[in-house]
Amino acid sequence: MADNREFFYRRLHSLLGVIPIGLFMTQHLVVNHFATKGEDEFNQAADFMANLPFVLILESLVIFLPLLFHAIYGLYIAFTAKNNIGTHGYFRNWMFMLQRVSGVVTLVFIAWHVWETRVQAALGADVDFQMMENILNNPFMLVFYIVGVLSAIFHFSNGLWSFCVGWGIAVSPRSQQVVTYATLIVFVVLSIIGLRAIFAFV
Amino acid sequence: MNEQKTVRFIVTRQDTADSAPYNEEFEIPYRPNMNVISALMEIRRNPVNKKGEKTTPITWDMNCLEEVCGACSMNINGKPRQSCTALVDQLEQPIRLAPMNTFPVTRDLQVDRSRMFDTLKRVKAWVPIDGTYDLGPGPRMPERKRQWAYELSKCMTCGVCLEACPNVNSKSNFIGAQPLSQVRLFNAHPTGAMNRDERLETIMSEGGLEGCGNSQNCVQSCPKGIPLTTSIAALNREATVHSFRRFFGSDHAVD
Repeated sequence: MADNREFFYRRLHSLLGVIPIGLFMTQHLVVNHFATKGEDEFNQAADFMANLPFVLILESLVIFLPLLFHAIYGLYIAFTAKNNIGTHGYFRNWMFMLQRVSGVVTLVFIAWHVWETRVQAALGADVDFQMMENILNNPFMLVFYIVGVLSAIFHFSNGLWSFCVGWGIAVSPRSQQVVTYATLIVFVVLSIIGLRAIFAFV
Repeated sequence: MNEQKTVRFIVTRQDTADSAPYNEEFEIPYRPNMNVISALMEIRRNPVNKKGEKTTPITWDMNCLEEVCGACSMNINGKPRQSCTALVDQLEQPIRLAPMNTFPVTRDLQVDRSRMFDTLKRVKAWVPIDGTYDLGPGPRMPERKRQWAYELSKCMTCGVCLEACPNVNSKSNFIGAQPLSQVRLFNAHPTGAMNRDERLETIMSEGGLEGCGNSQNCVQSCPKGIPLTTSIAALNREATVHSFRRFFGSDHAVD
């Protein structure tokens, strides 16, 4: 494995972005959507997730470790690119640039979000509807959360496209175009779910 | 009323491989049907810049003058392309010429493209048939496949795809689309396929296939219209299968 470490890391990076991180994010957004049904419904769903058996092991294996690898290796990838949309303003080149920008924005957002909710929960705070309502009462934090959630969803949707091409699932130009449209639908649907949940707290 | 029509150029020049680049402006008389090379020749004939100062003639590479050799590639108004087929009538003025500085600049617009020839050697982009006795005729290639492979074989190693790629730069060792598509070509050849695994292993190592970030600038820029991103995606699929076979072992590892 020594001489093709890069191959292994890049493929692992691509895989982890979809499974489990992408799946977890989708599930997280769906659970958040309970907020639209009211405070009790949301608290009940959040309680269920927070009290799953083996929750620390699940969190570590499904979220923290994959996320850490994806984030650190992703930063390395993002900063080895020399973007050139000025002279090459093609659609895919824009997506290439936005994928890197949204990745960094998402990393900042998630770091703050984990500190504000998960770390505080470990320190004894109650993660519930009330907490989110307090956070999102601040207009600056509301904008920060909207930008963060949208960039995470964009990064996932466009990353799904790269995953399909990177693993050789979508090879021909036509199939890559079909996947572009499919991931566009993923972006729109998840954005609606994510934004509805955010505005349920406001 | 008989005012002479002129063409304006802003050329990025560099005197030696290590010296700092600078811009120099030129204004030369217009002739119908000029291409960028004929303009450079005109400057070479009378090397005087726009300010009227005598200067050195501009250095650039050229060879075939019909867009099949790739030598005269440079950035023309920001986009890498061949200067022989860049027609002055179709370009916005002033026309900006700059070297493709993804490659080491030798002088002015001349660059050293040897990194591409080195990678072609690395990936063994040929069909090995040399030996001590006549191997006889190789397996036949279906005509439809030959026509498809012909498109990939149009590559002239001009370097435009590397210049357009955001991931080919001094911070990365990505080899770029050009040698990858050649791996696809030679792996598709019935005799070349005998070294298929060897080529796959090479592009699955450092600087290979995984350097691609799918900005797809290469396929947009390729003057020969080679389906570079299709080649890369197809190789991604082969690499996926190959990596599974290598990890788990396979009965089909050699066919």
